[in-house]
Amino acid sequence: MNESGRNGTTANSRSIGSLGMTNSVRNRSLAAPGMTTGRHPAWWAFVVHRVSGLALAAFLPLHFLALSTVLGGASALDGFLRFAEQPPVRVAEWALVVLLSLHLAGGVRLLLIEFGPWRGLRNGWIAGGAGVGALVGFVYALALIR
Amino acid sequence: MTSPATQARLWYAQRISAMVLAVCVAVHLAVIVYATRRGLTGADILARTRGSAGFATFYAIFVVACAVHVPIGLRTVAQEWLRWRNGALDAACAAFALVVLVIGWRAVWAVTVG
Repeated sequence: MNESGRNGTTANSRSIGSLGMTNSVRNRSLAAPGMTTGRHPAWWAFVVHRVSGLALAAFLPLHFLALSTVLGGASALDGFLRFAEQPPVRVAEWALVVLLSLHLAGGVRLLLIEFGPWRGLRNGWIAGGAGVGALVGFVYALALIR
Repeated sequence: MTSPATQARLWYAQRISAMVLAVCVAVHLAVIVYATRRGLTGADILARTRGSAGFATFYAIFVVACAVHVPIGLRTVAQEWLRWRNGALDAACAAFALVVLVIGWRAVWAVTVG
C-alpha cells in the first residue's frame, strides 16, 4: 500500500494505492503538474475519479438536507421538486448523475485491479467506465426531457 | 501521524465501503431514472417510500457506507493536495463522518417514516 504515492520509483505494472496507477505513472503525473503531453489514460481516470469524488462529497450533505425538508410535509418536498425543475438546476442534476456514474465505474475498476486477479492499468476498463458515464448520462437526459 | 495499522484499517474501510456503495449507487441510479421518468410528485414519492422497511434499510446502509467512504477519501485528498497530515485532519474527517451519518439518517427517516 502506498497512499501518498510519492515513494515509488520503479516502473511497476502492479497497481497501487487508491488510483489503480503504476508508481511510475503516478509519480510522473503528480510530480509534474504543468506537463500537458504524454499523459496516460490512468492519469485521466485518476483526475475524473478525484474531481467527481470531491463534487459528490460537496453535494451529499446538501442532498440530505434537501430530502429532510419533507419533514415539513409533502408540499415542502414539492416546493423543492419545483426548484429542481429549473433548467440550471436540471443541468446540475444531470452533471451530478454523470459524475456519480463515472465515480462508480472508476471505483469498480480500482476494486477489480486491487482485489481481482488482473494486473496493469486496464485501459480498456477506463474506456468502459467512460462508456458507462456516457450511457447513464444519455438515459438520464432522456428521462429529463420525457 | 497516523500509525501504519490505522492506515491499513482506513484503507480496508475505504475498499469495503466502496464495495457496498457499488451496489447501492447502481440501484440508486436506477431509482433516480425511474422517478424522473415517471415525473413523480412529492406525494407520489412519499407514497412509495413511507412505511417501506426495505427502502429504509437499503438507504440506511447506503448512508453508513457514505459516512465511511467519503471522509476517508477527503482525508486522502487533503493529505496529497493540501499536505495536511496532522491530528486535526483526522478529527475533521471524523466530525464530517458523524455529520454525514446524522443528516443522512435524518433524511432516510424523513422520507420513510416522517
